[in-house]
Amino acid sequence: MSASSAFIDEKGGSASEPEYGHDPASGGIFSSDYKRHDDLKEMLDSNKDSLKLEAMKRIVAMIARGKNASDLFPAVVKNVACKNIEVKKLVYVYLVRYAEEQQDLALLSISTFQRGLKDPNQLIRASALRVLSSIRVTIIVPIMMLAIKEAASDMSPYVRKTAAHAIPKLHSLDPDQKDQLIEVIEKLLADKTTLVAGSVVMAFEEVCPDRIDLIHKNYRKLCNLLIDVEEWGQVVIINMLTRYARTQFLNPNINESLLEENSEKAFYASDDEEEEDKKDEVAPLAKRKPYVMDPDHRLLLRNTKPLLQSRNAAVVMAVAQLYFHLAPKAEVGIIAKALVRLMRSHSEVQYVVLQNVATMSIKRRGMFEPYLKSFYIRSTDPTQIKILKLEVLTNLANETNISTILREFQTYIKSMDKDFVAASIQAIGRCATNIGEVRDTCLNGLVQLLSNRDELVVAESVVVIKKLLQMQPEQHSDIIKHMAKLIDNIQVPMARASILWLIGEYCEHVPKIAPDVLRNMAKTFTNEEDIVKLQIINLAAKLYLTNSKQTKLLTQYVLNLAKYDQNYDIRDRARFIRQLIVPTDKSGALSKYAKKLFLALKPAPVLESTFKDRDHFQLGSLSHLLNAKAGGYQELPDWPESAPDPSVRNVEIPDWSKCTSRKDRKEKKAEKPFYSDSDGESGPTESADSESDSGSGSESASASDESGSGSESGEETESEEEEEDEEEEKKKKRKKHLDKTKAKKPVEESTESEQSSGSEERKRGRKAVKNQKSASESESESESSESGDESEDESEEESESDTDIRKKKTPVSKQPPKQSKKESKKETQEMSLLDLDDFEPAPASAPVTPVNFMSSSLVSDLEGLSLTDTILAPTTITPSGSIKMYELLHRITGEGLAVEYCFSRQPFSPDPNMVAVQIQFTNNTNSETKNLHIEEPRLQCGMRIREFAEIDVLSAGESVTVVMGIDFCDSTQAANFQLCTHTRKFFASIQPPVGELMTPVFLTENDFKKEQGKLMGMNEISEKLTLGEKCVNEHVIVERVTATANLSRVPCGSDKECRFAGKTVSSGCLVLVTVSTKEGGRAQLTVNCEKMLIGTMLVKDIMQALSQ
Amino acid sequence: MIHSLFLINNAGDLFLEKHWKSVISRSVCDYFFEAREKAVEPDNVPPVIRTPHHYLINIYREKIFFVSVIQTEVPPLFVIEFLHRVAETFQDYFGECSETTIKDNVVIVYELLEEMLDNGFPLATESNILKELIRPPTILRSMVNTITGSSNVGETLPTGQLSTIPWRRAGVKYTNNEAYFDVVEEIDAILDKSGTTVFAEIQGVIEACVKLSGMPDLSLSFMNPRLLDDVSFHPCVRYKRWESERVISFIPPDGNFQLMSYHISAQNLVAIPVYVKQNISFFETGSSGRMDITVGPKQTMGKTVECLVVTVHMPKVVLSANLNATQGTYNYDPVTKILVWDIGKLNPQKLPNLKGSLSLQSGAPKPEENPSLNIDLKIQQLAISGLKVNRLDMYGEKYKPFKGVKYVTKAGKFQVRT
Repeated sequence: MSASSAFIDEKGGSASEPEYGHDPASGGIFSSDYKRHDDLKEMLDSNKDSLKLEAMKRIVAMIARGKNASDLFPAVVKNVACKNIEVKKLVYVYLVRYAEEQQDLALLSISTFQRGLKDPNQLIRASALRVLSSIRVTIIVPIMMLAIKEAASDMSPYVRKTAAHAIPKLHSLDPDQKDQLIEVIEKLLADKTTLVAGSVVMAFEEVCPDRIDLIHKNYRKLCNLLIDVEEWGQVVIINMLTRYARTQFLNPNINESLLEENSEKAFYASDDEEEEDKKDEVAPLAKRKPYVMDPDHRLLLRNTKPLLQSRNAAVVMAVAQLYFHLAPKAEVGIIAKALVRLMRSHSEVQYVVLQNVATMSIKRRGMFEPYLKSFYIRSTDPTQIKILKLEVLTNLANETNISTILREFQTYIKSMDKDFVAASIQAIGRCATNIGEVRDTCLNGLVQLLSNRDELVVAESVVVIKKLLQMQPEQHSDIIKHMAKLIDNIQVPMARASILWLIGEYCEHVPKIAPDVLRNMAKTFTNEEDIVKLQIINLAAKLYLTNSKQTKLLTQYVLNLAKYDQNYDIRDRARFIRQLIVPTDKSGALSKYAKKLFLALKPAPVLESTFKDRDHFQLGSLSHLLNAKAGGYQELPDWPESAPDPSVRNVEIPDWSKCTSRKDRKEKKAEKPFYSDSDGESGPTESADSESDSGSGSESASASDESGSGSESGEETESEEEEEDEEEEKKKKRKKHLDKTKAKKPVEESTESEQSSGSEERKRGRKAVKNQKSASESESESESSESGDESEDESEEESESDTDIRKKKTPVSKQPPKQSKKESKKETQEMSLLDLDDFEPAPASAPVTPVNFMSSSLVSDLEGLSLTDTILAPTTITPSGSIKMYELLHRITGEGLAVEYCFSRQPFSPDPNMVAVQIQFTNNTNSETKNLHIEEPRLQCGMRIREFAEIDVLSAGESVTVVMGIDFCDSTQAANFQLCTHTRKFFASIQPPVGELMTPVFLTENDFKKEQGKLMGMNEISEKLTLGEKCVNEHVIVERVTATANLSRVPCGSDKECRFAGKTVSSGCLVLVTVSTKEGGRAQLTVNCEKMLIGTMLVKDIMQALSQ
Repeated sequence: MIHSLFLINNAGDLFLEKHWKSVISRSVCDYFFEAREKAVEPDNVPPVIRTPHHYLINIYREKIFFVSVIQTEVPPLFVIEFLHRVAETFQDYFGECSETTIKDNVVIVYELLEEMLDNGFPLATESNILKELIRPPTILRSMVNTITGSSNVGETLPTGQLSTIPWRRAGVKYTNNEAYFDVVEEIDAILDKSGTTVFAEIQGVIEACVKLSGMPDLSLSFMNPRLLDDVSFHPCVRYKRWESERVISFIPPDGNFQLMSYHISAQNLVAIPVYVKQNISFFETGSSGRMDITVGPKQTMGKTVECLVVTVHMPKVVLSANLNATQGTYNYDPVTKILVWDIGKLNPQKLPNLKGSLSLQSGAPKPEENPSLNIDLKIQQLAISGLKVNRLDMYGEKYKPFKGVKYVTKAGKFQVRT
């Protein structure tokens, strides 16, 4: 243990020194100290690394104990270029510690670091910069500046991180460099790696926290990166974003806060006042616009929420304060649980958390009420924790829980910890003032405490009783009498003063006792504390005014005593009172009003929490804890009246010159507007992973850019909870739109397409039910028609091809424009086969890009649809031929009732996490079947079923189709239930093929690659296979794959590869499928999915489909 | 942010200082000493102390005060959490975090502090990265070091710092691949005089010891994940998967770590494993008192209660205790006024009892409150909440790991009011 020996050595050597922190340089230069340093110098000069190391260890041990080792500087600094890495590190430690004192010598080491900055190894570059910037020598400021600038554009994110760390160092060394440093910060803020984000925001906070404008462009990126940033960086970023959001968004509680005020007033005010208030309030409320949350605001709330589960208390607190300051009232509640969890942590953490909970519980009492018991006090808690818990308990007290709380308080009063008992008594007092019903109970309890043996307890009770009595003195003259008796026994000045004040104030209620008390007090006047003396004078004055006959002489006596008191306050008071109450010739007009002055009705005190209004400090901050502004504290701004322009956060299209190939570039440009919707949805949740330095930059840029384009695509980024309503809304919109298209039925439509749709109608009309496929399709297409009203001009060709496909009864869908234009006709045809799926809820607002892609056939489709009004009613939908039907109940076992089902691959609108299952009932009997419904679903854990509405009657020979939703929880477990008719029950079970557990997702090629990159390793399953005979071309492959699994094709440049993307319905995990074909009918299938099981099963299914 | 750090022992000796910015004189600690004196108990020292130019944020751990000096606004929890992380790192490195070990390893401590903070902002706090930078001392290594003169500082620069999974180092290799999980549950409860539960909840942690080669990807699932009300995870856990499937999926750090902590929802009734019958009374005259405590099993799910300890914080006036324990030993410390009765295994047939008299300071008034009893216990092979691990799967590596799950129930803050 060389280190330990060094320490012991040190200790032995310093034994002669009398004091621990003694500075050897001051007196011991010529003593043994000097010699010892001499041998250290010798060791440092030697050639052996081991000796050098030994010496450095001893020196560091000296530094650690705060001893001066500065005289060794020259010897140490020589070793800065030492090969041994530990010696080097210890030299760095020494250098950073003493460079400030020995500036000239420190300069000797600079060249080593400058060399290090050029090292090919990123970690050496970083460490050189770190030490260089830590050397606090003003002369090297320009060198540091240069190094920081260079490092800020280093290839390695780690070096850039170090550069960010160096910024505040330089700033504190030379504040004049601020402007240049801000430039560097601006540059680093644009960095897309998680490694840099935390450090640069920290630099931002230290150098230029007021430059909020630098954040705009990086806001969305920071939100998205947040979850992957290291924990300390998260705290800093969250705190900064809280401030940012306060300046940029509107108060989400603007309407509630008005209501709240209203109700609060109503609570306290008398009835008539209340009515007036209401009149006043109603008007502005009505005028106010409905509040719509900025999607960026929502983004922040959503992306911080998972961090409540962090193991780091500081992160949890940061999120909690963010929610407290920024979230709509209804959502703030979620932080309570996390904060209560922190109470299990170390007592220091508890202390800080309780302080914040105390502040929060005043504003939002309901939030912590369910956790009331978590704040119960244990006798082993430290006193400061006990008192804070009491504070919280008091804040949480209300009419319903007061009895339990008071019962708790009762046990606390018996505690051995007297400070805590005093605080408990105060807490009882506060509960009594706040909650009228228990006032008498509390008062009685407190009066009982007056006979307590402990004087402190009695004293505290007196003070609290005084406050309570002030509220209704008439009913409690016996208590006042009781307290008057106590004055002989109680020694605590505050309590004595309180009793005297009470007697004086209510001397009319105790006319007999009061003069007697004054007489007693006059006797002891000189020995009393100042506050008691003041109250004696006060009592004398009041008695003089009400009962001068009995007390005149006494008063005179007391005033005379006070006149010669040592304390000038008391002398002043005495003089002042004498002038006021004793009428003389000179006495002014005031003495007439003396009685009114002294015996004016005093308002009852309001016992308030010390934590009231502390929330004007940002919670979780040092300033909040101290209830005083700490240095460097940034005020939390008030919400703006009207929101600043949200478009400042939009990021302009990044420079595409970075793109690797021109083709790529072209694609991106073309695709971007097209897919921006779906990107907008996935954008915020995806955490732009950014390990690779090259390339990924531009990618994530586009991602953030795309999610950024949503300034007007409002609701997309809205939270999941709202999704459902949204969808409905969209549906309405869609319908409206349909109607519109119907109405204005473009004249320029080709007759051909009209015909085709007509014939199609007829074909399918045989069943007298509309083809579900076309319905869904048209639905989807109506969405796109929203996006591109100018889509009428579409190539004839395409519509033709479309109709062709129609006849084959293959699903048709819209297709990316780029592809359609670039690729040959044949390819177009294939493409159109792909995405039978665009059932993704349409964005509420259409992407603005003018893309002409809607085929005329599509328009004709719309027309076709419009023939039947009920297109959107789910009951009329039947599966199209291309979808596989499964038997649920055979005609024979079902006694004539045949039931089939299929997976319609439509989104199940009541619940987007469910898979829609279409069930077709056919009644083959000769009689009616009644009351068809589902009973007793027996489901695996987590699975849910949404039943279809009961079918009242199914006449003989008829069939009917209904849709039900099942949340399979992304498993292929069967959902079992009983199918009931009015007479019988049948056991039925639906087991989904794995391919039906997903819905298609639109990805661009780049997004696909990026996502795939994230799902490597064990999330990737790759299998080689030989394609079946019929799988001759891409077309068939696509058909097979999409038939097997509900995926959408990802456009792709290469014709050797087909890519498909989807996500699981229940949890939304991405499922990425790649089929790359090779010579001789061989192919490779790759599935990337976070869910291993789904991936494996999917591989199996697709393999089977492809090799047939 | 964090300007300097001072380590001070319980006696008030300052034995280590470290500055990350310019040096701050140790005289700043005088404010701390003042507060320390005022607080009487070390627990009661306010975590944040204000001085004219600085703020002192301190934690008290293992009889050491970690006092950090702050100059400007910073979230106090940020500093507190960091200081605890420092203490944990010391514990991890030296086996325990005490004054002696810190003094013995002062150079390593200094190197660690240097790496953990840069200019007052945390740099590397993950134990895996630190261990690559600075190897923890082992007896063997220190012997080798003294002979060969090699060092504790890693020659290679850590790659973990640069990766997306900073908690795991690359190239881990074991001959025996094993993964152990300890489900440790603690019952926090307050029982009142009559034995009724005033408040009870279960807090649990899953401690893991994973020694697997390569880059294993583990997923742990429970039979009854719905029991878990509130959870917090090690950063390695994929939060999204937990949200969607209630499966804990993660690439584990190497070695020991805490995978998650959880809280059992309050709706579930908490089984209280033991009951306590007690009668403590102090007589009005004669400055003495009587004590009689019996502990018995209540809801133990058929398991044995072990390591049963009853701790009583006696009132100040109790001078000595003259008791008789039917099982185990008792010890009364007249200085701290703490009575500890170490029972050991609870035998349901013959209930342990502690009975006898207490002598009080003569002349002093009798204490008003009876002291509350703190119970400590341990039940092996039982998670009192009923939580069960369903299975542990490993992906990404070919070998077959050895897996194990252990359950332990302990008493947390378990208090009986009297």
